Amino acid sequence: MTVITGWSPADLGDGAVLEVLQAPHPVLATEGATVDPLDPATIQLAADLVATMRVSPGCVGLAAPQVGVAAQMFSLDVTGHPKTRTCHGLFVLCNAVVVEASRQEKGREGCMSVPDFTGDVKRATRLTVTGVLPGTTDEVTITTDAFEARALQHEIDHCNGKLFLDRVAGAHAVYPRKVYK
Amino acid sequence: MSQLAVTVIGPDRPGIIADVTEALAGTGVNLEDSTMTLLRGHFAMMIVCSGPFEEVKEAVEPLRGELVITVRKVGPEHEHAPIGPSYILSVHGADRPGIVAAVTRMIATAGGTITDLTTRLSGELYVLTAEVELPLTAELEMLTRALEITAEELGVGVTLRPAESDEL
Repeated sequence: MTVITGWSPADLGDGAVLEVLQAPHPVLATEGATVDPLDPATIQLAADLVATMRVSPGCVGLAAPQVGVAAQMFSLDVTGHPKTRTCHGLFVLCNAVVVEASRQEKGREGCMSVPDFTGDVKRATRLTVTGVLPGTTDEVTITTDAFEARALQHEIDHCNGKLFLDRVAGAHAVYPRKVYK
Repeated sequence: MSQLAVTVIGPDRPGIIADVTEALAGTGVNLEDSTMTLLRGHFAMMIVCSGPFEEVKEAVEPLRGELVITVRKVGPEHEHAPIGPSYILSVHGADRPGIVAAVTRMIATAGGTITDLTTRLSGELYVLTAEVELPLTAELEMLTRALEITAEELGVGVTLRPAESDEL
């Protein structure tokens, strides 16, 4: 694992489990405001995102708009996923921006906020993102690939009011969700 | 209000969807699931919607002529319960009769069901793409082998690969 030095999710304190909103809730289509990473409300929301992500089975990322806050912040943890290569463990990122993206690959995505559909989406598999960790002031640069890259792009999209539905790879690239017993 | 199936087929021109859905909207129809594509240049659309049967039939009447439009009542909505994981089936090769029948028979014999299918012919090349659900009990190796044998007999190539989605 590529550790993010000098930061631990434990510093965020206890988080509350929040309700995850579903499309067509308007906040999911709202561009999030940039946040102040030192604001105690930001740090609390970061803790809440982590707590909510933790109790949601299979969830590897959660963005503030999904819990009703139109803000540029998300939590992410792709540890242990079979498609993960580079992995930065659990982190929360504020005001994240994609600075470099290459090697697009198509993959099928699902989302807690769009529970009845999945869709084929092209995402960069090599990615560099900058942002600020909650409770700090320094900009960090995260360079990653494969599944973590896909998840990062999905969450950054949420922060900008975009769902995977905005990026599907064609008119027949949205599928009913398959849940079988 | 009943659940209706509306089909529209005819020579393509700009504005068919706008014309048809405008006529439907005028009767208070709520469009639910629909799909539309061009099949060798023919406009082809299927819509399942809920609305008043007689009014809908009347509303699309002026559009009949070049367009073949059918309106039918369909029974209560049929919930599709997935039977197992999804796969994408691709077949391509030189066109010849019987490719779709032979390949889909293999899937059916394995207890699988097809939830989406498209076939295209361009020149001599025939391309089939399908979304397939297979029961957890299906013998995947045997099915793959059977598909390969069938494909070989037909002189086409076949691949069956998982279509799993990742939760993000």
